[in-house]
Parts: sequence; structure tokens; C-alpha cells
Amino acid sequence: MHASAELAGPSRRTRPRDSAASWPLADRIGLGLCWAAGVTLTLLATAIVLYMGVKGISQLHLSYLFQHPTADVDQSKSGGFLDPIEGTLLLTAIGTAIAVPIGTGVALWLVEYGRPAPLARTVESAVEIIAGAPSIVIAVFGLVVFSQPAFAFLSFRATGADAAFGRSFVIAGAAMSLLALPLVVGAVREALLQVPNHLREASLALGKTVGATIRRVLLPAVRPGIATGTALGMGRIIGDTAIVILLLGNTLGTESADGGLPGFRLLRGTGSTLTSYIYGNSPAGEGGAPEKAYAAAFVLLALVIALNVLATRLARGNLSALTGGAAWTR
Amino acid sequence: MDPLMPPPIRRISLEQAPTVVPEPAASNGNGHAAAATRSAASAAAIERMRCDQVTIAYGQKVAVNRVELPIRQGEVLALIGPSGCGKTTLLRSLNRLTELTPSAARGGRISLDGEDVDTLEVTELRRRVSMVFQQPNPFPMTVFDNVAYALRDGASRRPRKPALAEPVEHALRRAGLWDEVKDNLDHPALRLSGGQQQRLCIARALAAQPEVLLMDEPCSALDPVSTTTIEQLILELREQIAVVIVTHNLQQAQRVADHVAFMYLGELVEYGPSEQIFHAPQAQRTRDYVHGAFG
Repeated sequence: MHASAELAGPSRRTRPRDSAASWPLADRIGLGLCWAAGVTLTLLATAIVLYMGVKGISQLHLSYLFQHPTADVDQSKSGGFLDPIEGTLLLTAIGTAIAVPIGTGVALWLVEYGRPAPLARTVESAVEIIAGAPSIVIAVFGLVVFSQPAFAFLSFRATGADAAFGRSFVIAGAAMSLLALPLVVGAVREALLQVPNHLREASLALGKTVGATIRRVLLPAVRPGIATGTALGMGRIIGDTAIVILLLGNTLGTESADGGLPGFRLLRGTGSTLTSYIYGNSPAGEGGAPEKAYAAAFVLLALVIALNVLATRLARGNLSALTGGAAWTR
Repeated sequence: MDPLMPPPIRRISLEQAPTVVPEPAASNGNGHAAAATRSAASAAAIERMRCDQVTIAYGQKVAVNRVELPIRQGEVLALIGPSGCGKTTLLRSLNRLTELTPSAARGGRISLDGEDVDTLEVTELRRRVSMVFQQPNPFPMTVFDNVAYALRDGASRRPRKPALAEPVEHALRRAGLWDEVKDNLDHPALRLSGGQQQRLCIARALAAQPEVLLMDEPCSALDPVSTTTIEQLILELREQIAVVIVTHNLQQAQRVADHVAFMYLGELVEYGPSEQIFHAPQAQRTRDYVHGAFG
């Protein structure tokens, strides 16, 4: 923010733009490469969006968004993908509901307390390991853990079996939260490190405790960071397939579990998401309905883009409402 | 008492004579009126805080070395000296903000109204000894809430607005900001100008009715007009509370301070009335510094 304010200053406007023609050859080659990389990336993104857009819109019927899917070889009778959309939204909600508070808490602890130092370092490494773990590894691990009979209340337990089913929305959501967690921790940590120290001291100097400072000063100040972390985390959750296939049961429709608390049945049930639906209907899967896969992929892409725009808006809205677009001097 | 202590500090017998050292006649162009109010203020001075043999070290590095200073209500004390001389460290130790630096260790005694600050609850101490920082640092909330935050308990949002309207207005008036912000109390504080932000920070620091106000180069990030406003404010505040100001700016020290402490390499070289430090310094190093030989 400081940088942009400085760049926008008059000095830059009046200074003659130095031409790359006068640069040494190596610099010109470097500039060219950077330029080419940027253009290539933009073209690639445009190509993906356009291709999926054209393919998707041509295949998409509005009715797909509201019809339950059914297993039928005749594609005109196999329905839409209402259930996978539900599954995606529900799983994202569960995953972020777990990851955002915990991730924010971890980041706050790391930056604001971080003692004893060896424990803080261990926590940091743990977060990094989770960040680096492929989701299929997390999924397999989750399956092992949640198949323990003790966790039967999170899915169900077949009569006579000595293991739980280990697949349900809560279980998949918990595993998904691990994907989002490092992104939330990273974004909030970064935001906290941006808050100048004298702001914390100003609050402490008013006779406030560290806890009060965190709640009333730091949390509002890092809200954009939390929003960014949430958006990134949602993107990963929405885009993941491995956990859905292993831990959500990958049933075509959303199925509630039997028995238990009424509100909890759906959470203990199984289902699918847009990603697993696309996988299933792609030429690689068993469905063999690439048209519907394209349509679903388009919806998925639109969902991700919409969420990102929303999160950016929220972050920016909060930021300017609180700060008027200004920031503290460090 | 340390035999190495510079003499001026011992000449001040605080218990017996409130009118410390007779002020030399205002021979400079500093304004007689200001000098007159200054003497009047000094005459009413009551000692609120006192540093006894205060030593502060960051690890092996001694930042403040056996400093003795009285801090009185009714006057402004300026800490001056070149960068790295320990003046900010000394200031921050007065409300135990130095404790936030893990490597910092303090020796000696700092007392507030005769009580050792180490025995006070730190939140209580900081409510009584408030601080304004070098950079304006309003909190990310509205103008009103910035001031109200200091009045509410902990992270609580109560008491609610109506109950706090009066004390918030009072604090903003004391900081000379009320007329400028009274219509925009619900605006984010960070939208104010730099000078207004700093006065908001002063209002916030004053809201909880502190007894001592610490100011760490409060004008160094501000334009001349805002600086003048804040200096005016300091002179008004001095009547009700003790003010300690750290400044790099000798002219500023001369304009606002009743007493000046000159520090160099962690040591208190000379302490005395402003007139003495600037016009008849006793120590050679003080003379060199105020005459611009180094800095």
C-alpha cells in the first residue's frame, strides 16, 4: 500500500521512462523472458476459462442445476448434478468452519506468543508438513483414523462389523480443513506481521491485556488476511477430489445416515462433489458422459471464481471501512 | 547516591522546596508570557514519579545507566540527546513497556507516587502512566471507539455509546480535536490526517485520566502546523498531569519543556531547568550538544 502510494506520486509521472533499449543485453533478455512468462500465463488462463466456458455453456442446461443425478446409461435420463453442488457447498462450509478459527488461532499464537520457542518451531514445521502433504495421503490417513470403532458416531457402523464406515461429510470436512488450515495460518500470520509493533504497544500502554489487544485491535486489523486465507482455503477444498473419493463415500446422490440426532444425519451421510462428479463422468471414470463433465466443470470454475471475487470484495470492503484505505506507518 | 551522578540533580531538594531551582530571567526571545506561565507551572509541581538508579540493559548492552530523575505534575520534562542515548528506553521503562522486549532487563527503582511500579498491576500502572507514540497509530475502529476503547474494560464493548459520549467528548476536547471530528465520530480513525490521528492518540491516552503522559517524539512524523497544535496542547496539559516528552528537536524541547534531561550513551549527563540546559549548561557535553557540536 505504501509502495503504490509512492509510485502514484508525481515524481514517477514526470520522470522520463527509461527505455529498455539502453539496457545491457542480459537485462533485456531477462525482461523479455519475464514479459513472455506473464503473457503466456495470461493466455493460458484465458484459454482455460474460454474453453471451459464454451464447452460448458454449450452442454449446460439450466435443469442440471436442479435435478438429482441418477445412474443411467442413457444420458438423457441420468439427471443433473444438484447433489454434487450441494456436496461441494456443504463440504466447503464444514472445512472452512473448522480451518478458519483454528488457523487464525494458530497464527495468533505463533506471532503474538510463540513461546516456548521450540514448541513454536515445532508447530510451524507441523503446519508446513500439512501444507506439503498430498491430499490423497491425508485422505488415506483419515480413513484409517475414522474407521476406528470409536469414531463410529461420525459415520456409521454396520451390524457385526468391528470397524466404522469412516466416510461421511463431517469426516471429509475434517480432512478438508487440513488442506485449508496452512493457507489460513499463512495468510493470517503474514497479516499479523504487517501490523506495526507500536500498534500493539499503544493498546498495551492503555492498560489493556494481550488478550484484549488481540480481540479488539489485532483481529480487526488482520480481517483482510483472514478473508484471503479463507478464500484460498475454499479454493483448495472445492478443487480436491482425493478426499471426496476416499472419505465422502463418493455416492452419486447425497445420502443421509440412519438414526442419530436429526440435524446430524446429513453430516454423517455420504455424497459427492462437483470434482468427483467430473471425475466419474469424464472419459477416465465409469460414467463416460463427458458432456456432463464439461457442464459440471464450468459450474465448478464459475463457483471458484465467484468465491474468489467475493472474498476479495469482503477483504477490501472491510479494509477500507476500517482504515479508509490508509495504513499505519511502520 | 552514586558519586558519578552529575551535580544538578542533587541541588533539587524536592521534599522541602517545590520551587526547585530559581528560573533564570528569560533573556532569550522565548516569550515572556510563556516563561511566566512556565514558572507558575513549576511552582505548583508535585513529584509523581521518580527514577532511582535505573539501569536498563538489552542483553549485554547497557542502554540506560543509573539514571536518577524526578517527574513532576505541573511541568513538562523533556528527554534530549543523540540517537541511541537511551531516552526512549528510559521513557518506555516508566510504564514497563520495556518488559515487552524479551532481552531487556531493568535494575534500580521506579516509583509512582512512592509506590514501586513493579509492585503495581501492569494494566493499572499503564492506565495511570499513558503513552503517545512516535507514529500516529489509531486502532482500526471508529474515531469514537478509539477513545472509548481506553475507557472500557478489557475487550468489552460496554458501556455502550450513550454512557460514554460525555467522557469521549471531554477527552477529544482536551486533545483539541473535538471541533474537527464531532460530526465524523463514526468514521474510521485511519481516515483522519496525520496530525488529527496523533491528536486522537493523545485523546485516547488522556481518556482514562492518566496521571503521567509519556510522549515519544510525538511530532516527528507531523507537519509544522500539526506540530504547533500539539505543542500548544502539551503546554495546556501540563497543568493537570505530568508530561514526559522525548524529542530530537532541541527547539521543541526549548519551546515546551520546563525541565530538561540530557542523556548521552545511556547516562544522564545533566538535568535542570530548561533555561539552564540551553543557556548555561554545566557539563561540557551538554554545552557541545545544545550548541550543535554533535548530535
